[in-house]
Amino acid sequence: MPEREVKLTIGPQHPMLKEPESFLLTLRGEKITDMTVRLGYNHRGIEKACEQRTYIQDMYLVERVCGICSHSHSTCFIQTVEEIAGLAVPKRGLYIRTLIAELERIHSHLLWLGVAGHEIGFDTLLMYTWRDRELVMDILALISGNRVNYGMNTIGGVRRDITAEQIPQILSAIDTLEERTKYYIQVATQEITLRERLSGVGKLSKEDATRLGAVGPTARASGVDRDVRRDDPYAAYGELSFNVITDDHSDVYGRTLVRVGELMEAYKLVRQILKQMPDGPIAVKAPRKIPAGQAISRYEAPRGEDVHYVKANGSDKPERVKVRAPTLANVQVVAHMLKDGYLADTPIVIAAIDPCFSCTDRALATTNLDNGRTDRMDWPTLRTYGIDWYSKQGIDFAELNRKLRTMRESN
Amino acid sequence: MGLVQKIVTWARIKSPWIIHFNTGACNACDIEIIAALTPRYDVERFGVILKGTPRHADVLVCSGPVTRQIKDRLIRIYEQMPEPKFVVAVGTCACSGGVFNGCYNVEGGIDEVIPVSAYIPGCPASPKAIIDGVVKLLASVDNASKPAKELVVNGT
Repeated sequence: MPEREVKLTIGPQHPMLKEPESFLLTLRGEKITDMTVRLGYNHRGIEKACEQRTYIQDMYLVERVCGICSHSHSTCFIQTVEEIAGLAVPKRGLYIRTLIAELERIHSHLLWLGVAGHEIGFDTLLMYTWRDRELVMDILALISGNRVNYGMNTIGGVRRDITAEQIPQILSAIDTLEERTKYYIQVATQEITLRERLSGVGKLSKEDATRLGAVGPTARASGVDRDVRRDDPYAAYGELSFNVITDDHSDVYGRTLVRVGELMEAYKLVRQILKQMPDGPIAVKAPRKIPAGQAISRYEAPRGEDVHYVKANGSDKPERVKVRAPTLANVQVVAHMLKDGYLADTPIVIAAIDPCFSCTDRALATTNLDNGRTDRMDWPTLRTYGIDWYSKQGIDFAELNRKLRTMRESN
Repeated sequence: MGLVQKIVTWARIKSPWIIHFNTGACNACDIEIIAALTPRYDVERFGVILKGTPRHADVLVCSGPVTRQIKDRLIRIYEQMPEPKFVVAVGTCACSGGVFNGCYNVEGGIDEVIPVSAYIPGCPASPKAIIDGVVKLLASVDNASKPAKELVVNGT
């Protein structure tokens, strides 16, 4: 009997997924021949909400685009605002931002290592890494006062300083973590079950990685030497020395090696930052109203390159905010990696890009499963939908726009 | 209460099986829920086990505001759970909609859609608060085989 094509829907609720997303796999026997993703379960309309709130409120809202890389999004957003306003952030402020960014990378990569272990049925690794991850969570709580969603940034600098008493505590935690990471590297390179399970799974050649626009550790594991921290330095990265970790395995195993390698680099960076951190103020006073203008900013989040665009119109609220989260760039790559793979590899291949769908869900897209047609809410439709929705709430944009125009003309 | 019922209640309290469902959260509460399951906090010592399907679960742990896309799926998952079922709303967004209240694609808190037994506020709710909430929920189930009263756990 010839093999029939079988369509299999995974999600939105599935033990494999930590977030609600739906994948439609087309199978021929055990082999995957096609995959489509249905995004948008997590779409909350943050970009539109940003236009309703002031810059200070947006800072905290943007932080909640994603709870794992919260500092990435808030820093990326604030960098654009600072560029428009022409603010020069004090050196110490930039160093503290970089410190939090690297601590966040440590927590995110340890988290990923655990999740990857869980997806291949190696729950011991999950329990080990998550136990160690608590050390860096303690440090983040010590510095910022919260374990996740740190609220460290403010327009023009940071809100909290690092005290002299905190430094030895941070260093001792980093020492312990470094020891543990060395052990994980040993596990990753010598443990035969882990190596056999991950090698050759989710192949992505260097050409495909470049063509499909992969970012972050996913691209670096395919030999693409690309890192925003080095190529387009922001915050204090221009003054720090570190290596960009790349790997030629081009599979899930390579992605694991890149991430543990980046952990080691992050420990080095944290030590460097604490050593080089200059004295001085941590923030400058920022105006409430940001002058008209637009800016774009890039940031190397733990998952890859994050891009924020802000258009200011001279008021205390932005006119347009756009977020391009790293997972959005990588999600097309997953479809390619899954093709011709086995069904049983799906969880680890999807997990290998370290997906964050709450970051990604910027647009509403619905796929009709009967005819495979995708209905996407494009920007004009979404805009009309948003305006209609707010006018039902009693907020009239036409009136606001008119007022703004008269205000500008009178100026 | 008959003997059989007593045994069932005892078993339920000693080993509540939970299912975690992200209803539109930013992942912060989700990683704190997983952190509560891992060695530092370890809610498994209360018999709590994370299950993969709603049909095996006693407690539905929800995080995040309910988005319009997820609303129908949340109701479907809730209906798949066997009685008696309890819902725990983890995080400020799940309790009330939080910062996302008023967004065009957000319905509000979990209780806009399904009944909630325990609210755990915090942005995100810390693992300590989550453990406190779970233990208080279990205590309220223990107190009677009557339905769980609404609880509010103190913040983080």
